[in-house]
Order: sequence, then C-alpha cells, then structure tokens
Amino acid sequence: MSASAEALPLPARRTGLRRSLAFARRNVLTVYAILVFAYLLVPITVVVAFSFNHPAGRFNYVWQGFTFDNWRYWDAVPGLRSALTVSLEVALLASLIATALGTLIALALVRYRFRGRSTTNLLVFLPMATPEIVLGASLLTLFLTIDQAQGFNTILIAHIMFDISFVVVTVKARLISFDRHLEEAAMDLGANELTTFMRVTLPLIAPAILAGALLAFALSVDDFVITNFVAGTTVTFPLFVWGAARVGAPPQVNVIGTAIFVVAVALMLTNILVQNHRAKGDA
Amino acid sequence: MTFLHRHRWLTPYLLLVPGLAWLAVFFVVPLGFLAHQSLESGTIEFGYAFTWAWHNYADAITTYHTQLVRSLEYAGIATVAALLLSYPLAYWIAFRGGRWKNLYLLFIIGPFFVTYLIRTLAWETILSDQGVVVRVLRDIGVLGADGRLLATSTAVIAGITYNFLPFMALPLYVSLEQIDARMLEAAKDLYASPARTFLHVTLPLSLPGVVAGTLLTFIPAAGDFINAQLLGTPEQYMIGNVIQSKFLELTDYPAAAALSFILMAVILVLVAVYARAIGTEKLTG
Repeated sequence: MSASAEALPLPARRTGLRRSLAFARRNVLTVYAILVFAYLLVPITVVVAFSFNHPAGRFNYVWQGFTFDNWRYWDAVPGLRSALTVSLEVALLASLIATALGTLIALALVRYRFRGRSTTNLLVFLPMATPEIVLGASLLTLFLTIDQAQGFNTILIAHIMFDISFVVVTVKARLISFDRHLEEAAMDLGANELTTFMRVTLPLIAPAILAGALLAFALSVDDFVITNFVAGTTVTFPLFVWGAARVGAPPQVNVIGTAIFVVAVALMLTNILVQNHRAKGDA
Repeated sequence: MTFLHRHRWLTPYLLLVPGLAWLAVFFVVPLGFLAHQSLESGTIEFGYAFTWAWHNYADAITTYHTQLVRSLEYAGIATVAALLLSYPLAYWIAFRGGRWKNLYLLFIIGPFFVTYLIRTLAWETILSDQGVVVRVLRDIGVLGADGRLLATSTAVIAGITYNFLPFMALPLYVSLEQIDARMLEAAKDLYASPARTFLHVTLPLSLPGVVAGTLLTFIPAAGDFINAQLLGTPEQYMIGNVIQSKFLELTDYPAAAALSFILMAVILVLVAVYARAIGTEKLTG
C-alpha cells in the first residue's frame, strides 16, 4: 500500500489523502455507531469471560486462568440454586397473572369507549413513571401496617403490580393495528362472540400477548430494588448477587448471568431470523 | 351471556376490574400509607404515632439536600450523556440499518438481559485499580500515579448512563424510524445542506423520541442507588441510598417516607417544567 503510494506522483497522493479523509467523514457515523456498540458490549464480554475465570481467593476481579469448573459446578455455591428457583417461580407466576390482567385492560382500552378511560390510562402510566425505590418503600409500608409477613407472596404481589403496566403498553401497541373485519367475517359466518374471540381474536393477538409476557418475565427476573424491600428473608437471584457482592461474588454468579443472557438472546435472535425469513417469503 | 347482551356498556368495566383493582390496592393504597407514614413521629422502639409531623419534610431537606441535588445532577448528566451516545446510534440504525435493523437493535437490548447487578459489577471489574483501563490511563498520564476511576463520581455517572441507555435509545429509534424518507429528499431537492436538513427536518421530527427517552432515562436514574453503592463511596451517595438505608437498615420510616415523597415531587415538577418547555410548543408547532 505505502510502496504504491510512494510511486505515485505528488498530486495523486494528495487526492488519495483527500479521498481517505472524505471516506472518514462520510463514515464518521458508522465509526461512531461501532464505538457505541463496543461500549454496550464490553461489560457483557467481561461477564462471560469471568464466568470461565479461575479465581485465587474470594475475589473474581482479576483474570487468573481459564477453567470450565464454574460451569460444571455452578451449584457449588450454597444458596444459589434456591435463589434461582425462587426467581424463576416468581417470574413465571407473576408474568402469567400480569399478562392475563394486563391483556384485559389493553382490550378494554383499545376496543371500547367508556367513561374513566383517561383515568385508566393514568393509573396504568403512573407505576412506570414512579421511581422503583418509591414503589418498594410504599409496598413495604403497606405490608408493615397490615402486619403482612414478607416473603414469596409479597414478592409475587409486587412483581405482578409493576409488570401489569408494561404488559398493557406492549399488548395495546399491537392491538391498535388489529383488523376488525376478520371478526366481523367470523360473526357473519355465524360464530357467536365467544367463539369469535377464542377462534379468531385470540390466535391473532397471541404474538402480542406473548411479547408482553416475555417482557414481564424479564423484568421480574431482573428486579432488585422493589424485591429488596418486600422480600423479608426470602432470597431471589438478584438479592443473592447483592449479598454475594459485599464479600466478593463467586464466578458462579457470572455463569448464571451468562446463561440467562444466552437464553434471552437466542430467543430474540430466533424471532428476528423467523421474521426476516417471512419478510423474504412475502417479497 | 344474556345479561351481558342486555348490559353491553358493562363489558369494558368487567375487563378492567381485576387489573385496575390490583393497581389500586398495591400501587395507590400503598402510596397513601407512605404519605401517612411520612407525617408520623416516634421511633421504632416506642412505636410511631400520626402527628401531622410536617417537620419531617423540612428536616429531610435540611439534612439531605446534598444527596438530593447530587441525584438530580448525576441523573441529568447521565441523561445528556445517554442522549449524545444513543442519538447517532439510533440514527445510524434507522437510516443505514437496512434489513438487519432488528439485529442491531438486539445489540442494544441484549446487554440488558444480563442482570442489572451483574453488569454493574462488571463495570466494577473494568474500572478497578488492577484493571487495564486504569493502568493505561495512568501510563499515558490522564490519571495520576495513584489516580482511580472506581469510587469517583465519573464512575457512578458512567454506570448510570450505561444502565439506562436502552430507555433512551429505543424511543429515539422508534421516532427516527417513522420519519418519511421523502421529507429528507424534499429538503435535499430544495438545496438544504445536510446540516440544515438535520436541524430543520430530522431533529424536529425526532423530538417526541427525545422527550420520551429523556423522561424514561431521567426518572429511574434520579431514584437509582445501585450504581452509587457499587461504583462509588458515601461521597457519591444519592437520595436513593439514603431512602434505602433509612428504610431497611435504620428503620427510620417517617424520614424515609418523607424523602420518597420529596423525590417524587421534585421529579414531577421537573417533568412538568420540561414538558412545558419542549413538549407542548415545539411538538405541536
């Protein structure tokens, strides 16, 4: 490259320089985007890499050597398995219940004109606009006042509460573009309202409901701030990480973190590939 | 079923009841209890009594205004940083992403499927004194020989910026994606320079995304305490740290409740001012 540039007469070299400057200027946005992507991905790389670290002593901060042991013996840290189980159970129950409640609200908001609509919208919006710490603190105050012992049930109650709004928003966004002629066609063909709902409406809005449920599940598994207020002595996975971080988190924490990340990304990637495949098929 | 046929107006309310009841009992009612608690006086040993103790609010502000101002400052800086980082990124995905837009979006959302605490701990590793970043910065003289990144306000703000970035990037992307490419062509046909096109067409059209992203980032950032706890020291503690420890460690419930309401009120006022300044005029104009 430099040899051929050397051979060129001077004016040509100048144009070459100008051209590469122009290239950089034209692509400055792409370069910037790549840098921001790197910034987003660096911590994740660290999490994944340190799940294979072989730490000397308690602290998993400095790279010591490669090992599969943390993955093989992910269960070796006391309390990790039960914390993970609690997290998954809460997330599953909370996302199921919140999805049912939220979908019904979304249906009412999109399909019907009724008094109190704007109040409903406000009530759905407010939990998302309230700092989590205030949500947690107010729930703890409630539970303390009515002498409700904190534990699995109070965690579940709290998670359903903050999940509902996100389900409503997700399902509502997709319901708006729903073609109601399909339901009219079913009715014209003699189906009653229940059959129409079960056989036509529900299958068509199923992807929206699923998206809402997955979001609720993800939010629930990840929640620390609210859970920390209402958990009592029950430990979820984020609470376990918090406790472990004070004395140095074991690499097994990174193993579980990586596993959750891989499952989530695999699900989303499959979704993207299926969509792209369909788009290609349509074209 | 026949009852429903006769009273069709009831249907939406029947759909709403279970969900709204849940939100009423576990969101609205607790806020009421919190308000009640914020006006109590007493101690955990001797019990609390409701005494219209408005001085809890005054005391909280006098004692913790440093942390309150710091929270707003950190959240504000982090919001601006997130905007500057994600606007070009969202623009690039929306206009240069081609058919792999969704894959690029996955790059933004993906990192956030690593548990919040774990990715903050990863920053702790990256910024730690033994880490590569600190060593390089010391070698090239940006940091002094014993200069640190961890336990500084920079680390806390960087952590907040990172953790709430998708709340900024996704609304920006949605608003940029919806811009009709013909608008940009029209501007070009009318001899607008790329800079003028951006300032007078693209930016105003993406403003709803900027507003949504700013609010979605600022509100949780102002209440955050995890970044200050893991990446900072008590010197960097925010109002969230105070509320958290007063509730869960010091059991000083009235003060913690008063602080929670002060935080909410300050956020609501700022959001209202912001919405008035940017939202109503420029969005409709």
